[in-house]
Amino acid sequence: MLELKNICFSAKGETGGVEILRNVDLTIPNGKFIVITGPNGGGKSTLAKVIMGVEKPTEGRIFLNGEDITDLSVTERARKGISYGFQAPPRFKGMKVSDLLSCAAGRTLSHDDGCKYLTQVGLCSREYIDRDVDTSLSGGELKRIEIATILAKGGNVMIFDEPEAGIDLWSFSRLTGTFESIHRNTDASIVIISHQERIIRLADEIIMVSDGRITEKGPVEEIFPKILANTTGACSYLEEA
Amino acid sequence: MKELTEVQKMMLQKVADMAKMPTEGAYNLRLNGKGFVRHSSEHIDIVPKEDKPGIDIYVKEGTKGETVSIPVVIDQSGMDDLVYNDFHIADGCDVTIVAGCGIHNCGCDDSKHNGIHTFYVGKNCHVRYQEKHYGAGDGTGGRILDPQTVLYIGEGSEVYLDMSQIGGVDSTHRYTKCELDDGAELQILERLMTHGEQTADSEVDVFLNGVDSRCQITSRSVAKDASKQVFYPRVQGNNQCFGHVQCDSIIMGDAKVRSIPEISANHVDASLIHEAAIGKIAGEQILKLMTLGLDAEEAEQKILEGFLR
Repeated sequence: MLELKNICFSAKGETGGVEILRNVDLTIPNGKFIVITGPNGGGKSTLAKVIMGVEKPTEGRIFLNGEDITDLSVTERARKGISYGFQAPPRFKGMKVSDLLSCAAGRTLSHDDGCKYLTQVGLCSREYIDRDVDTSLSGGELKRIEIATILAKGGNVMIFDEPEAGIDLWSFSRLTGTFESIHRNTDASIVIISHQERIIRLADEIIMVSDGRITEKGPVEEIFPKILANTTGACSYLEEA
Repeated sequence: MKELTEVQKMMLQKVADMAKMPTEGAYNLRLNGKGFVRHSSEHIDIVPKEDKPGIDIYVKEGTKGETVSIPVVIDQSGMDDLVYNDFHIADGCDVTIVAGCGIHNCGCDDSKHNGIHTFYVGKNCHVRYQEKHYGAGDGTGGRILDPQTVLYIGEGSEVYLDMSQIGGVDSTHRYTKCELDDGAELQILERLMTHGEQTADSEVDVFLNGVDSRCQITSRSVAKDASKQVFYPRVQGNNQCFGHVQCDSIIMGDAKVRSIPEISANHVDASLIHEAAIGKIAGEQILKLMTLGLDAEEAEQKILEGFLR
């Protein structure tokens, strides 16, 4: 179980401190599928980074299965089972997809094991396993390899920051299938930051984050209509259209 | 047969992937400035030069799938070794040449090896040339390697040069020159790592003389500590041809790197490109590997391993 208690995060802006997260309290039980959604700039990605340890909260504590992990490094949190899929994954000259998957798994993966993870994200494994993770990959390919690294790593909390970004329609249904399969077959908590209706609809619970706060929280059928209402309601152009 | 010491065996393994000398095929091991063991095969003759130190290697026409290994090991401090190795590769051959050099210096005098390799590659050949340079030993004497590699590549031949300096060489000045005939193709992959106070500079001259000749030069280097590196890859297009130069360096600590690719066209149908980049390891790369459970040091090591592979 992951617990965030009174998490605040401020960043330095041009005119002093800017509050990005304000007193966030959140509990994610084991095995739950959570989608965090909300407007751009609302603090969703920062929240994910605070959980992974990429950003350190200015206030508040984070607990993983009862253990206070607030002061642990990214590496330590990763070893305790938190996984984090980047919104814009970096590229590595000379590092092969198979190397990256082995790094993620913490052991040298066999060819078949490596391929298994690629297949799960809709990539033809034979074509990709020996490719370099460099600029020869398209944004969508890189994104799918990023998700494959999270599958290879495993863990008890898996965070994906906008996994759908850059992925084509044909691969998208396989991707949603992959998330459903993780949810069905593991006890891991899945936290996905997404704006995609099909991903949002997979969730056990939706959390709306806006202006650094959790503004809504609940099951899909309750929250999703509110999201739709807010989306069009906030934009006069959309309303007119 | 004469026995190698454990240090010599280790150096041989490092530079030529040989745990021991082969028992068949063509090979020549040069040890501390002298031929140690030499063997010719049915299709490859290795003949010592009479007018200067070195060997002539004759690969007979149509030789396919053979390897010739000519590693050099120096473990005597103060050794200054100069050697001329000429490769005469007849038409239609498909061969691999393994030519590494390892210097193990435990003394206070500089140990130096200058290998001057000249290749005369015939028509329609496939040649792979692998050269690894490595230095070791805890002496104060320098480990210095100044290789020269010159290639004349005949019509329709493809040559792949894989040259790496994998560490421990205090000073190196490399010079590579290649002239390509019609339809010839050259790929150079150069990998270099320096640390401490080491210096390395590499000059490459490629002359695309033949119609439809092509070259790809890829240089990857890592400069650590207070080491210094300079790269001058130059490609000249003298006909309808294609050339691409790509230099990438990772800079760390107080190192200094200069990268000066040059392309020059003397023909309207010459198409030449160069790219050069120097930068430290991106923070995002380290962070990504840390999210997979590696610590910062392990992440850095992993990134460098891949980069120099």
